[in-house]
Amino acid sequence: MNHESIVGHSVPRKEGRDKVTGRSQYVDDMVLPNMLFGATVRSQIPRGRITKIKFSPGIPWDQFVIVSAKDIPGKNCISLIGDDQPCLANELINHPEEPILLLAHPDRHILPKAVESVKIEYDPLPAIFTIEESERRSEIVWGEDNIFKTYLIEKGDVDAIWVKADHIVEGQYTTGAQEQLYIENNGMIAQFDDACGITVWGSLQCPYYIHKALMALCSLPAEKVRVVQMETGGAFGGKEEYPSMIAAHAALLAIKSGKPVKIIYDRMEDMAATTKRHPSRTRHRTAVTKDGKILGGEIEFTIDGGAYLTLSPVVLSRGAIHAGGPYYWPSVRIHAKALATNAPPHGAFRGFGAPQSLFALERHMDRIAQVVGLSSVEIRRRNFLQPGQTTTTEQVIREPINLEKLLDHALELSDYHSKKQRFANENRLGNIRHGMGIATFLHGAGFTGSGERYLSSVVGVEGCADGSVRVLVSSTEFGQGTKTVLSQIAAEALALPYEYVSMAQPDTLKVPNSGPTVASRTVMVVGKLVQSAALGIRQTLISSNLLAETYTAEEFRAACQRYVAEHGEFRSRARYEAPPDIFWDDVKYRGEAYAAFAWAVYIAEVTVDLTTYSVSVDDFVALQEVGKVLHPLLAKGQIIGGVAQAIGFSLYEKVVWQNGRMQNCQMTNYIMPTPSDLPPIRVFFEELGNVHGAYGAKGIGELPMDGPAPAIVNAVEDALGVSFDFIPLLPEDIMDWLAASSEKNDVIPAGGVR
Amino acid sequence: MTDPGDSDGKVEISFSVNGQRKTVRAYPMERLLDVLRCRLQLTGAKEGCGEGECGSCAVLMDGLLVNSCLVPVLQAEGSKILTIEGIAEGETLHVLQKAFLEFGGAQCGICTPGMILAALHLLNGHAEPTTEQIQEGLAGNLCRCTGYSQIIEAVAEAAHRRTTS
Repeated sequence: MNHESIVGHSVPRKEGRDKVTGRSQYVDDMVLPNMLFGATVRSQIPRGRITKIKFSPGIPWDQFVIVSAKDIPGKNCISLIGDDQPCLANELINHPEEPILLLAHPDRHILPKAVESVKIEYDPLPAIFTIEESERRSEIVWGEDNIFKTYLIEKGDVDAIWVKADHIVEGQYTTGAQEQLYIENNGMIAQFDDACGITVWGSLQCPYYIHKALMALCSLPAEKVRVVQMETGGAFGGKEEYPSMIAAHAALLAIKSGKPVKIIYDRMEDMAATTKRHPSRTRHRTAVTKDGKILGGEIEFTIDGGAYLTLSPVVLSRGAIHAGGPYYWPSVRIHAKALATNAPPHGAFRGFGAPQSLFALERHMDRIAQVVGLSSVEIRRRNFLQPGQTTTTEQVIREPINLEKLLDHALELSDYHSKKQRFANENRLGNIRHGMGIATFLHGAGFTGSGERYLSSVVGVEGCADGSVRVLVSSTEFGQGTKTVLSQIAAEALALPYEYVSMAQPDTLKVPNSGPTVASRTVMVVGKLVQSAALGIRQTLISSNLLAETYTAEEFRAACQRYVAEHGEFRSRARYEAPPDIFWDDVKYRGEAYAAFAWAVYIAEVTVDLTTYSVSVDDFVALQEVGKVLHPLLAKGQIIGGVAQAIGFSLYEKVVWQNGRMQNCQMTNYIMPTPSDLPPIRVFFEELGNVHGAYGAKGIGELPMDGPAPAIVNAVEDALGVSFDFIPLLPEDIMDWLAASSEKNDVIPAGGVR
Repeated sequence: MTDPGDSDGKVEISFSVNGQRKTVRAYPMERLLDVLRCRLQLTGAKEGCGEGECGSCAVLMDGLLVNSCLVPVLQAEGSKILTIEGIAEGETLHVLQKAFLEFGGAQCGICTPGMILAALHLLNGHAEPTTEQIQEGLAGNLCRCTGYSQIIEAVAEAAHRRTTS
């Protein structure tokens, strides 16, 4: 056998050719005969009761298929963690843009006018829109107390440390909502017939989430619900839970009309109605010694979940577990709380709570440094987790991670010290200020705690009649490279060329449930299963005496062909089994939170222009340890793309709310970075082996979302000497703050502030 | 253009797409994007925003880069349209398509057709563009996956290969 390693090499993207030629089929590219187009009538108010629905004249209503809550065959809910979110509002409205009625018609151009012509009258109820209003409980909008979920993480005796502290440092930090802004809007097609049941094709991340939701909604058995993923034009978490709602709507229209129905959101509907990143507020109170050692602290992490439960408990959990960052806390108490408001539900978005709590922590570390009189570098160095120490959930760090070394390397790559000194001198004059900022952080890969055990994912690898190999997973491709990397892993395990491996289209009728494509779990968890299922194929061929222990690709092909000819279907399956040393207590929220952490040091260099108040990022160093890098080009692309999205989160992307409704739901007024807005994003990997992932890989997808915001805002503080504790940080915020500060003589900018 | 007074309001409009002459019956104000996608089954151009911000629907019209979501089809009468489907020669990929594949310029792929057409338009005007010119040339095209670096590298490399081959 003469086999060169495939993992670790940048093989061609599996579906790349179709993407660059425009042949890839996204859901809106698919047309079925006699297909109708569907649209959604939504609430115009944040909270109240529907009193009347009127169909205005001027629309040929008899040509429309109209669906209301009464048409739902099963349970009127989008089944996920809880069953509180209706598929269609029946009487009560809990947020703007809540779906009430569905319309379908053969001409998609008539639909917007028809939607406008449905007049809904309401009996309004008082609504709440902020974390503070929800906490005050002047209105109870969900359950008995507006609280979706709380967690308490406790380590050591926090109450005993305050008297021992040389300094007690407090801070409050907030982050805003953020739109995922995948360039392909959400869309689904549904078709129904009595024999096959319901089939949906769509833009989505998690086929089996939709499968579950449709079974409950339509009262159909598992085999009568089929979910197929089309090529998906970006997701970032934004196509994790809401596609179940759209699939449900398309399915209801298809059942009632007896025809296929396509629902494609336009950009405004997608931005206004679907999920965004949870707004957050984090409070820190930290006890430190005069040497800058953390003795312990209290962290209060609160997120705004919007009107329904959706995934908020899980987002909260990840945010809370990451709130202590990559530091050693001898004692800590973390209170985490997800609250209800009357905004459309917030949901999954790359990072999943961690970007919020880590923004707070990494800003707070700089604040502690100032109070103690240490540098941003030194305060981190003195508190880094060391192998053998425990995290806030008392997970022992078993990897030989050396964060000091990682930090030193990043400082060198960014030329941190000499730039910092030069900027300090230059910043005394003129209206252009420069600054350097650091963030050090971690991101846990895979589902939290017992999550992977509950998921119990299954993958299949199939030996095909032509002697090639096909990977069967419900894990989806939406740009990040799932198809390519899982193919690499199968090829590597079987010692076959990459071209011998293909990927089945995710289709619940044909692929097992390998779990949702979320939580940086695909390469590490699903990849490991693909590796073992592939080895099963090899083992079967060897034990059937069709193949020797070592073989050429052609010998494998011949053996596989023969096996299929003799036995028919040739599949090997692998199911997740939790490593024996992983312990997690769901009640105390203690134990091994993640099978592996990725570690990173990011350094931002910024310029603040005091004439325009704009911040630009001039250089960005992203150094991380993510285990073995299986595909360097894709991995680098993930990091650069994540950093770019996080620069948007920090400096550009502000959701403007009014009564729970997004006001700027267009690409014209919700601003994401363009090609001219971004610095060189310099990506570096250090590789430590990881025993849990395929070929030593850990998760990577979410990590780059966590660090840029605090690094950038820390750099802005370095440039201006002003502390900003919120994002997004827009030029108008800087203008207001500096104007207020100069009135109080807190800050005297050299060039003056106009 | 003929029979403008047709009773259903549709008119006949002729133009060339990827070198082939096409005649369609369409409403004069129909978006070129819809005509390409729905009447001519050329689904490579995508709708991202419907208001000319994202560039996913970009095509070349008489050599100019246009957002086909903003072009009434009437305006295309007699023009030469180039879409992503017309870039490769048979199964041989265009140098830009090859470079996008090699340099990681396509992730989810939804912005890729428009991005490649914008890049082609740029290279037609600047044989060897600087990084700033590439950034400027692609400024009307949004990508949420890549952070643009690998797209910019792909375009620079394609330009280099075109001038040296």
